[in-house]
Amino acid sequence: MARIIVVTSGKGGVGKTTSSAAIGLGLALKGNKVVIIDFDIGLRNLDLIMGCERRVVYDFVNVINGEATLNQALIKDKRVNSLSILPASQTRDKDALNKENVGKVLEELGEMYDFIVCDSPAGIEAGAMMALYYADEAIVTTNPEVSSVRDSDRILGMLASRSRRAELGLDPIKEHLLLTRYSPKRVEEGEMLSVEDVEDILSIPLLGVIPESQAVLKASNAGEPVILDTDSDAGKAYQDVVDRLLGEKVDFRFLLAEKKGIFSRMFGG
Amino acid sequence: MALLDYFLRKKEKQVTTASKAKERLQIIVAHERNSRHKQPDYLPQLTEDILAVLRKYINVPDDSLSINLDNKGGDLNVLELNIELQDDEVKG
Repeated sequence: MARIIVVTSGKGGVGKTTSSAAIGLGLALKGNKVVIIDFDIGLRNLDLIMGCERRVVYDFVNVINGEATLNQALIKDKRVNSLSILPASQTRDKDALNKENVGKVLEELGEMYDFIVCDSPAGIEAGAMMALYYADEAIVTTNPEVSSVRDSDRILGMLASRSRRAELGLDPIKEHLLLTRYSPKRVEEGEMLSVEDVEDILSIPLLGVIPESQAVLKASNAGEPVILDTDSDAGKAYQDVVDRLLGEKVDFRFLLAEKKGIFSRMFGG
Repeated sequence: MALLDYFLRKKEKQVTTASKAKERLQIIVAHERNSRHKQPDYLPQLTEDILAVLRKYINVPDDSLSINLDNKGGDLNVLELNIELQDDEVKG
């Protein structure tokens, strides 16, 4: 049985696709068979972040409409051969997906892969509901900022009421908090909600904290998920997230601001 | 004096924007969670009745009473009643 993990947030621009790409690739690098599905019909972007935009021929909606087989639509990653991407359609409207046909595709993928990572669109409309409906686990991506935290709480409500697991009365979706764009320095200065603040409000277990990092933009520029940038703090933080998803116990890092040395303090470094 | 200010400032416990953000979020999130859970129809009337009883003895504003019915999983339901009193009202 594949683990179906939805990467969701409610609010847009908090790092769902960046996280889906990094975590999916990280899981594959650990030897798992992984497929990442872009659920953002009409606003395809996972292909760009993964660097495979030129290789998209068929997409999710083509598969659903029977215009292509799953194997035709899946794009094999060139870096890790146990990883594939199922791109979203760029032209069709969002109503193309429904519970029945998405369920069939997920079932078929579940026989081929260990992990199915669903990159959710922003919002709480049909597309986002479809991405979370079949999930076993949810990575709730949140920025330490009021509107993102509020929207995440909204999504937690949806996970608990609108998912397949909720409808069938099965064990609830396992929720994980992923805090992104975290700036320890601003937290210390009292300008940003801390990890503990967000944990307090959302009260779900913390999966990871990704520091605000220039490496993320560089990674998306290059189409190389940031987890491949093993020297960067964001890359390392995503690696920790992957290890935790695989059941390892890893201490949290990048939670404290770098202490300035006496010289840079004196001379304003 | 700038040096003195520097040390004094560190000691002061300021209300930071982050703590304001947390406080606002806690309130709005709690409020939205409540409206999300379907509450039984009798709760508004129950609230009114309890307020009326309270007012026989003390002066309380409408928003001083909050009632929640929480399902703690399984068969366990908890009716939570929260009455906020101001100092001068308690003495009566």
